[in-house]
Amino acid sequence: MRFHFTEDQLLLRDTVRDFLDAECTPEGIRALWKTETGRSPEFWSSFAEVGVPGLLVPEEYDGMGMDEIDLVLLLEETGRAGLAEPVISTAAVGVPLLAGLGSQELGERWLRGVAAGEVTLAAGHLASPFVGDAHIADLLLLPHDGEIHAVPRENAELTHQPANDPSERIFTVRWKPAGETRVARGEEARKLQAAALDRGALGCAAQQLGVAQRLVEMTVEYACQRKQFGKPIGSFQAIKHMLANVQVRLEYARPVVYRAAHSVARSSEQRGVDVSMAKSAASETAVAAAKVALQVHGALGYTWEQDLHIWMRRAWSLEAAWGTGAWHRARVADAVLDSGAPAGTFGYSAPS
Amino acid sequence: MDLTFTPEQEAFRKEARAWLEANVPREPLPSLDTAEGFERHREWEHELNAAGWAMVPWPVEFGGRGANLFEWLIFEEEYYRAGAPGRVNQNGIFLLGPTIMEYGSEAQKARYLPKMASSEEVWGQGWSEPNAGSDMAAIQATAVRDGDHYVVNGQKTWVSRGSYADWLFGMFRTDPESERHRGLSFLLVPLDAEGVTVRPIEQLDREAGFAEVFLDDVRVPVENLLGEENKGWSVAMATAGFERGLMLRSPARFQNTARKLVALYKETVGSGERIDPVLRDAVSRTWMDAEAYTLNTYQTVSRLLAGGKIGAEASLNKIFWSELDVKMHETALELLGARGLLLPEAPAAEGVGSWLDGYLFALSGPIYAGTNEIQRNVIAERILGLPRS
Repeated sequence: MRFHFTEDQLLLRDTVRDFLDAECTPEGIRALWKTETGRSPEFWSSFAEVGVPGLLVPEEYDGMGMDEIDLVLLLEETGRAGLAEPVISTAAVGVPLLAGLGSQELGERWLRGVAAGEVTLAAGHLASPFVGDAHIADLLLLPHDGEIHAVPRENAELTHQPANDPSERIFTVRWKPAGETRVARGEEARKLQAAALDRGALGCAAQQLGVAQRLVEMTVEYACQRKQFGKPIGSFQAIKHMLANVQVRLEYARPVVYRAAHSVARSSEQRGVDVSMAKSAASETAVAAAKVALQVHGALGYTWEQDLHIWMRRAWSLEAAWGTGAWHRARVADAVLDSGAPAGTFGYSAPS
Repeated sequence: MDLTFTPEQEAFRKEARAWLEANVPREPLPSLDTAEGFERHREWEHELNAAGWAMVPWPVEFGGRGANLFEWLIFEEEYYRAGAPGRVNQNGIFLLGPTIMEYGSEAQKARYLPKMASSEEVWGQGWSEPNAGSDMAAIQATAVRDGDHYVVNGQKTWVSRGSYADWLFGMFRTDPESERHRGLSFLLVPLDAEGVTVRPIEQLDREAGFAEVFLDDVRVPVENLLGEENKGWSVAMATAGFERGLMLRSPARFQNTARKLVALYKETVGSGERIDPVLRDAVSRTWMDAEAYTLNTYQTVSRLLAGGKIGAEASLNKIFWSELDVKMHETALELLGARGLLLPEAPAAEGVGSWLDGYLFALSGPIYAGTNEIQRNVIAERILGLPRS
């Protein structure tokens, strides 16, 4: 039993944080909003040098061969930075899905490119009608009729669906399933698809932690500076208690997300429920943080010019991505309340 | 990160489970806040202690088992699973004990800890006064040095376990010129001393769980001072940290309640009763929160064993478990409908009366150990860095 990260994992986290502080700034995010793709190939290629996209790529394809426990802290940092590149669909979902197919040909063709920062992946799933970042992805991994298909972007017809968050680029996809696009079927496809959904939801949960953390930090900073009635507004209990409530949620969402990362990395039988608890908790925390942050910022927070809404919109986008909080809560409720015996953590997981 | 138990930890669990299965009283003991129940619980503590299970994480020399905090969590899981009696000396063993280990002299450790582990001496907690509740620095009770004694005067109130306890720990003003946090000292006061009057207070649940204690020229030996004279505030903050943080409310307590709530929900569904979907959501949410509390505690223990400390984050804990406890019991009472109003002795209660008891007790959670509003201030100022009011 050891529920903390290693020095190496924390060091890598710090490296990624420093990188994102420099390379993913609010000004940069706003500049990308105005571009057609909303994405930066230059950023992605230096991000690959730090190692994040290829973190889960097996070493035989030049990746780092690490697992979700290593990845979770880094995804948290991408949330904190407000990053909206295809990091979840590529690094967290697409890579293990492709690797799980066990095909050397697919590995050579795509995974090596991911590790080099030359390939990004998009992934569809059954809990959403949209596919994020399909417009820049080299390969789309799509479920169809119990099968999984790998579709090169040029073979898919994309319709952009403008969304509330200008960082979010989501699409409906029309494509023709064929024998040559099919990469998995039957039980194998079902398992891989279920794992993909869990990995995507875990990725969102991790990012939500970072989003919530950043919202709290920004709001505390503002509440210390902004004066009314001759005092910083952060000295008033009404403000303190709202922020304290968010901090409580955050403190209790974090270990749930880390445990979900452990369950995914170890392919635990409880993986689905553990991930759903994580997505639900982190999502609610980030959305609550957004609401409190806006209220504390007052009218200033209600402007386009203030950077606050970059993270508020990330919180809302991630809430809906890879299954909403409500979808995941329903999955937990079904498992806990409708099955024979409720599972439980540690001592309560053992049969009585 | 490795969230699995070692073979040694699994063996420890087996050993604890076997002992508890063989020794936990078949019938629940009378409430520990009654005169009879208090003594029955004390006897149970003697039994636990004789078998070496009273203080799992304490050093052997002080009456403990010398195990680490993970093993303590495992023991707690087994303890709640077995439905074992509440810990009558919880203010001593979980709050004062760790404080003495941190601030006590070797002589004090040897004098107090073994008798605390065995519950030969049961402790009450003497923080509040009529004019010092949330504002604990407003303490007025005095202790004036007279040779090798302090002469103690004043009134303590809401003294948990005070009605039947043997000793009291609390803070007293030793510097009459002092104000607020300065000039307070942490003293250990025997409740059978001359000049002590204990008046039990009937609580919301009709039991005498707390008491008023009047101190009238009570002579307390100087060696009963814990920590330095006039520096009791930091000692008391350590105790409060143990109370709010790790020891007082182990996660098994809430996991166990959550498990019972899930069972109650399933029974209610099985009986064909119509259930508001909001209640289904509340049951699964509280179950998730009990899991989150468990995970957070394991994470904290992991950090402590790697050399970390508990600080202001104890305030986060206290808010979380106290509100979770209320929510679980509220949900249970809603599922029970009219039966939720019944006292345990009502013929139609059929074992569900404990939810009402639990609810009344849970309602004290957001108040004791520092109200949740005070905890929110602590979080805002000491964790988030917002300015003091």
